[in-house]
Amino acid sequence: MAKYKNHILVCGGTGCRASQSEAIAANLQKAVDENNLGNDVQVVKTGCFGFCEKGPVIKMVPDNTFYVHVAPEDAEELVLEHLVKGRKVERLLYIDPETKAPVSDSRHMDFYKKQLRIALRNCGFIDPENIDEYIARDGYSALGTVLEKMSPEEAIKVVKDSGLRGRGGGGFPTGLKWELTYKSESDQKYVVCNADEGDPGAFMDRSILEGDPHSVLEAMAICGYCIGADTGLIYIRAEYPLAIKRLKIAIDQAREYGLLGKDIFGSGFDFDVSIRYGAGAFVCGEETALIHSMEGMRGEPTVKPPFPAQSGYKGKPTNVNNVETFANIPAIFLKGAEWFNKIGTEKSAGTKVFALAGKVNNVGLIEVPMGTTLREVIFDIGGGIKGGKKFKAVQTGGPSGGCLTENHLDLPIDYDTLLASGSMMGSGGMIVMDEDDCMVSVAKFYLDFTVEESCGKCTPCRVGNKRLYELLDKITLGKAEEGDLTLLRNLANVIKDTALCGLGQTSPNPVLSTMDNFPEEYEAHVKDGKCPAGQCRALMQYVIDQNLCVGCTLCSRVCPVDAISGEKKMPHFIDSSVCIKCGACMEKCKFGAISVQ
Amino acid sequence: MNLVKLTIDNKPVVVEQGTTILEAAKSIGIKIPSLCYMKMDDMNFENKPGGCRVCVVEVEGRRNLAPACKTECLEGMVVKTHTVRVINARRTVMELILSDHPAECLTCAKSGECELQDLAQNLGIREIHYTGEQSHYKGDRSPAIIREMDKCIMCRRCETACNEVQTVGVLSAVNRGFESVVAPAFEMDLDHSVCTYCGQCVAVCPTGALTERDYTWKVIEALVDPNKTVVVQTAPAVRAALGESFGMEPGTLVTGKMVAALRKLGFDYVFDTDFAADLTIMEEGTEFLDRLTRHLNGDKSVKLPILTSCCPGWVKFFEHQFPEMIDIPSTAKSPQQMFGAIAKSYFAKKLDKKREDLVVVSVMPCLAKKYECTREEFSVNGDADVNVSVTTRELAQLIRNANIDFASLTDEEFDQPLGESTGAGVIFGTTGGVIEAAVRSAYELHTGKHLEKVEFNELRGMEGSRKATVDFDGMKLNIGIAHGLGNARKLLEDVKSGKSDFHAIEIMACPGGCIGGGGQPYHHGNVDILKKRQRAIYEEDAGKPIRKSHENPFIQELYKEFLGKPLSDLSHELLHTHYFDRKKKVEIEE
Amino acid sequence: MSNKVKSLQDLRKMRDELKGKINLREKSDNPDNLVQIKVSMATCGIASGARETMNYIIDDLDNQAIDAVVTQTGCMGYCYAEPTIEVTLPGEEPVIIGNVDTKKASEIIEKYIKNGELVDGIIPDTYKTIDNK
Repeated sequence: MAKYKNHILVCGGTGCRASQSEAIAANLQKAVDENNLGNDVQVVKTGCFGFCEKGPVIKMVPDNTFYVHVAPEDAEELVLEHLVKGRKVERLLYIDPETKAPVSDSRHMDFYKKQLRIALRNCGFIDPENIDEYIARDGYSALGTVLEKMSPEEAIKVVKDSGLRGRGGGGFPTGLKWELTYKSESDQKYVVCNADEGDPGAFMDRSILEGDPHSVLEAMAICGYCIGADTGLIYIRAEYPLAIKRLKIAIDQAREYGLLGKDIFGSGFDFDVSIRYGAGAFVCGEETALIHSMEGMRGEPTVKPPFPAQSGYKGKPTNVNNVETFANIPAIFLKGAEWFNKIGTEKSAGTKVFALAGKVNNVGLIEVPMGTTLREVIFDIGGGIKGGKKFKAVQTGGPSGGCLTENHLDLPIDYDTLLASGSMMGSGGMIVMDEDDCMVSVAKFYLDFTVEESCGKCTPCRVGNKRLYELLDKITLGKAEEGDLTLLRNLANVIKDTALCGLGQTSPNPVLSTMDNFPEEYEAHVKDGKCPAGQCRALMQYVIDQNLCVGCTLCSRVCPVDAISGEKKMPHFIDSSVCIKCGACMEKCKFGAISVQ
Repeated sequence: MNLVKLTIDNKPVVVEQGTTILEAAKSIGIKIPSLCYMKMDDMNFENKPGGCRVCVVEVEGRRNLAPACKTECLEGMVVKTHTVRVINARRTVMELILSDHPAECLTCAKSGECELQDLAQNLGIREIHYTGEQSHYKGDRSPAIIREMDKCIMCRRCETACNEVQTVGVLSAVNRGFESVVAPAFEMDLDHSVCTYCGQCVAVCPTGALTERDYTWKVIEALVDPNKTVVVQTAPAVRAALGESFGMEPGTLVTGKMVAALRKLGFDYVFDTDFAADLTIMEEGTEFLDRLTRHLNGDKSVKLPILTSCCPGWVKFFEHQFPEMIDIPSTAKSPQQMFGAIAKSYFAKKLDKKREDLVVVSVMPCLAKKYECTREEFSVNGDADVNVSVTTRELAQLIRNANIDFASLTDEEFDQPLGESTGAGVIFGTTGGVIEAAVRSAYELHTGKHLEKVEFNELRGMEGSRKATVDFDGMKLNIGIAHGLGNARKLLEDVKSGKSDFHAIEIMACPGGCIGGGGQPYHHGNVDILKKRQRAIYEEDAGKPIRKSHENPFIQELYKEFLGKPLSDLSHELLHTHYFDRKKKVEIEE
Repeated sequence: MSNKVKSLQDLRKMRDELKGKINLREKSDNPDNLVQIKVSMATCGIASGARETMNYIIDDLDNQAIDAVVTQTGCMGYCYAEPTIEVTLPGEEPVIIGNVDTKKASEIIEKYIKNGELVDGIIPDTYKTIDNK
């Protein structure tokens, strides 16, 4: 075995691959070979590093030098300078936004400082297509220990004691779920991994599957042993091709090593995993809909009870957990329930992965202990608001969550606090908004998504959300009337109260939370016909300052609808009934005479 | 059996474990409104997707409102069915449904029978606060069924009927969200699907989304045409249900009034499909005995069991689903088509008219019959044996149009010769009836002995799939009966795999047989109505002086004067048919 | 298949064998508890045999199973004393040593790294560490 003195870790997550990380890795390998460093330097394609904002990223080991925005052309220089000459390539180092100084060691970067990686422990660290690297990181020894030394009851107790709760959104205690399925008597049971990640902007599960697929397989096998199942199914959306590919490789390798299949660890326990593809429907993240979809039926939820633990896939007891939940399991068995339970808050143990997006400087994938505040996430890890703008709101929990405000920034992030504040944990989407965002439009955006993703089974979601969207649309168009806000709130409440599944029951959250937190913004739209954030085009009015206009006629010539009139060398006017608010005149005016009101 | 105690609207109630809140409430006189929910115990029909959310109630300790139709009672539950929260939610949900439903009540085929309309009235909806875009879907007009899916409220009853009860699998929800609608795959027309036109989807649809193709105007046109002799035949199940359309008790027999009304409408001859049913027994029964005898004599080319073939929904079902077995059913045409063929040959000759001068109208409890009479093999030079087929409901409409006060009509008799029938012909209208009629005649023809007791109670009932053994003077005949195509499928799978030892099987596509046909007055999920119709059918049989088909004097005369004997060449030409492998056809069209 | 894992013991053995593959990464993630050695690898260093020195150090530490992070760095500015290395023991201030050939390297490992005894050739500390950026 070659003893490498340097490892170059190249991020192979979907984001970095989209910006050519494959080519970067290939070029690095080429440069390494050309400099006869083949025996000293290993180029490793890993899973997602998380710092997607700066992608493609690579990391030099052992000196932990983090290079950002790397291009394939940089490979040669990196090898020559960093490896051959031992000089850092300054221009590719991360620049601290505060001090403006380059930071080479990722451990000193704010983005990573407050993170604690459990679910993501192997992402960006090992080659996900090589089971040996996973085993070298203690992979499958949790499974081995459970199979050799524990009864199912004992193992379930470990999960219960750890305090782990479902990371898919609901936060149901995982150990309890396992126990319920364990207690359901049946000749056949199933373990299902829910990889139908569908929140806009969320990619936690995808990154785990791409970066550390074995951790999920190992956890599923542990779960299978605990509940008495010999079959695991991963329901994954077909638009995650890289995750699927890596899962397939992982499954094959695990089978080859006898870590999946018959008589695992000589314990007599059989377990195998296969993949089921979804067509990418948000509602199929709901466990009953997911099960119907796997059965070949329409992806529609059914009323619970019966819960999958009693009657799930093919009517058999089924334990459904999400990817991130599973990814925590091996670590819990390796380090102990107590260790895990001490991380985070009393009722929300452990860490949570978030896909941080929106108007923050550091967009990316992060993992923080529960109880970290929103402020820490947005301002320390996220590096604050882009362009020095003012923070306005943060949406947690995706389309099912709510918008939280400045007043909520110091709240600890955990299941119960978020729920009590009118939002929810959700699967981990976190979208930051700044002063330019109109909250009515934000609510409308999410409703648009829900309307699109509703399965259509129950009235409140099928018709109610459509009407909710139409009301919001009316408000943003300035056509709302007195009383519409009352109707809006009533409808939102009724949908929440009557919808069949989690999707429908939570879909009004963006509306209700923005109505609660930004009532003045709604009223400004309805009563004054104004959009305070200046986002709603229909409510804008372009006006020409009569004192500044010199009558150059540039604006009237550029106007596509002839809304501007005026004599040459005389102040011009915009007929707002004709104006389509395209903004072309304002762009053209050299005298700053045109403004939006 | 575990009992649970709970209170609903402060009233204590004890129910069996597994009972839903809706059922428990009903048992103490609290009628929680519901819409998508429909349950017919004996028919294997249970539709409770919990989708419409009209039946929501408040359950103490729960975050959200619970659908009463779907929520099981638990010990100590405290349920409130009419709090402000519940009433507001229910009305809002109802407004939402109505906001995406065309307000066409005045001209809708379902008006007056519409459950959505009733519910809106019941809840006192006077204004729809939530308005917006309405769904539009392309219309679909098949020969039998019209789909106007703009009126669909996604209750999914038709899906349950089509998939679970009938196992035909044509209808399912397509698209998502607001665009969701129930349709054949790829939103194709029914015509291009494996639809059997059984019409059970129409029978359970709460709104006007699914209705029969209305041919009443074609009937009126024929009646006013001076150059046409218009002959009408009425199926056995019609007389047991038509009264319901005029407010009579379900199960009221209105044979005499129906005949009187038809005559008033202007039909030249009012005949009875029951006559053709007797004729069917002659042909099918003889075919059965022939196959049975040859089989018993060791003829390996003969296949048993023989399957009845009087139900066009069933015929289309096996043509699509079991094409490899199309040589098993009897080749006898259905009574409707036998009647048409005889009317346009034997009877036309009697009148000394050309077949084209005759218009044969059938009144059927059935939608598949509308399709059946359009099948090419049932016409001669483009002239169909049966020109128009209308349903029981359409007949009621015609009667109303003609300003006839149905209830006050005096009973009249059918015309002859094609109006005479035996009790055996009458019981064709219910499950088990065809085979009982066949047994009555086959027994006497086979054994040469007189059958004392004509009622075969072992063949009667409402269970979806039944088995009985009939003693043919020492020879045991194994009889199978199935109604509902799902039950038929199971029996057929058994036959296919060689698991069954039936000699004969009767199959009817609709639950309950023709009495539960897709063209009957709407039962709105009330199975008792079907049971009462069945009773009426057996009552009519019991009251008939002749109860065996082969004893029908006009049938005997028909053979003597015209056909010769059962299975004669002319019989084959006029009264027998052949089947098509439709599996291929559908695949090619796809 | 020879690489079938048949027991937990099997797996542990396998893990121990495989550990080397990623040891370097493990160490670099947690360097504060480990011996850190930086080898000056600018042109001057390389010309004076820094590469050989570095290889020797890596191999020797590995053979003796001493957990250490050996990295290369740019010119330390002591071209007269190349090859130069900087050694940081956990919790200690870094020490710079000049003229480190393989023999000297062996001495450093035996005396300083293993026993904390200072060796000759230490260049006085006039700066903090090289990588304090």
